Amino acid sequence: MTTLIATIAIALSLLIGTIFTLVAAIGLLKLNDGMTRLHAPTKAGTLGIGAYLLASMINSYTFGEGSLHELLIMGFLFVTAPVSANFIAKVHIHSRACMPPPPAPDDEIWSTLNVPEEDREIEEAKP
Amino acid sequence: MVKLFNWLLPHPSLTALLTLVWILLQNEFSAGMAVFGLILGILIPIATSPWWPDRPQNIAALRMAAYCFLVVWDIILANIQVAWIVLTKPNAKMKPAWIVIPLELRTPEAITILAGTITLTPGTVSADLSESGLSLLVHALDAEDPDAVRDEIKNRYERRLKEIFK
Repeated sequence: MTTLIATIAIALSLLIGTIFTLVAAIGLLKLNDGMTRLHAPTKAGTLGIGAYLLASMINSYTFGEGSLHELLIMGFLFVTAPVSANFIAKVHIHSRACMPPPPAPDDEIWSTLNVPEEDREIEEAKP
Repeated sequence: MVKLFNWLLPHPSLTALLTLVWILLQNEFSAGMAVFGLILGILIPIATSPWWPDRPQNIAALRMAAYCFLVVWDIILANIQVAWIVLTKPNAKMKPAWIVIPLELRTPEAITILAGTITLTPGTVSADLSESGLSLLVHALDAEDPDAVRDEIKNRYERRLKEIFK
């Protein structure tokens, strides 16, 4: 009986994971601007992969030796995914490949757009 | 005595975390592995402490755990919303927007966690920080009302993080 319930739970988790990964892929194709496109894959990284790992954990606990590696994968993913997303966003802002962000309040400048004094000429000479 | 303790364990919670990660990596528990993990957990923070001088003190661990659960719950809910937007809303009707969030948090660690939370919760990606760290630039996939998104982030996440990093 427990194996039956576990099998159903595994199948459901896999299905949920597949749906969200598919939606992420569709989003990547459908959205038309670099910044909005960034939203799709950062999301699959969380819920889609989370559901896969849950399925893997249930499977290992029911049909073999239990495994907790999945928790580590999840933890590392949660720590690293925002960093890469942030870097891609910074590249978009730096290369002006998206709509320009509003000016920062309090007479400040966004750190990506802040060009050091000695590099201004190179920056302005760019096509 | 306190000095020795501080020298041996510059980051006690980091030691605990490293030991836990080591045990999880082994995927089976034995006393020898736990001791080896503890040795690593003591050596690594000592070796890296010069590079992390102003570490945050007095983190409210229980509140931090509660915050993690809140974020996971939000990720699940918001994922469904974003999936719905991606599948049903035509591109022309979508309203992507930049949102500027004035920060009240000052510790770099707290700002990093806030930025990470914003990126992980679907619909928003934190893109940039202002030069002296006073405001955060966030990109929203589909925001009818950017001010409402800003207020929600401030009320829901920043307020809690302020209580965690006192």
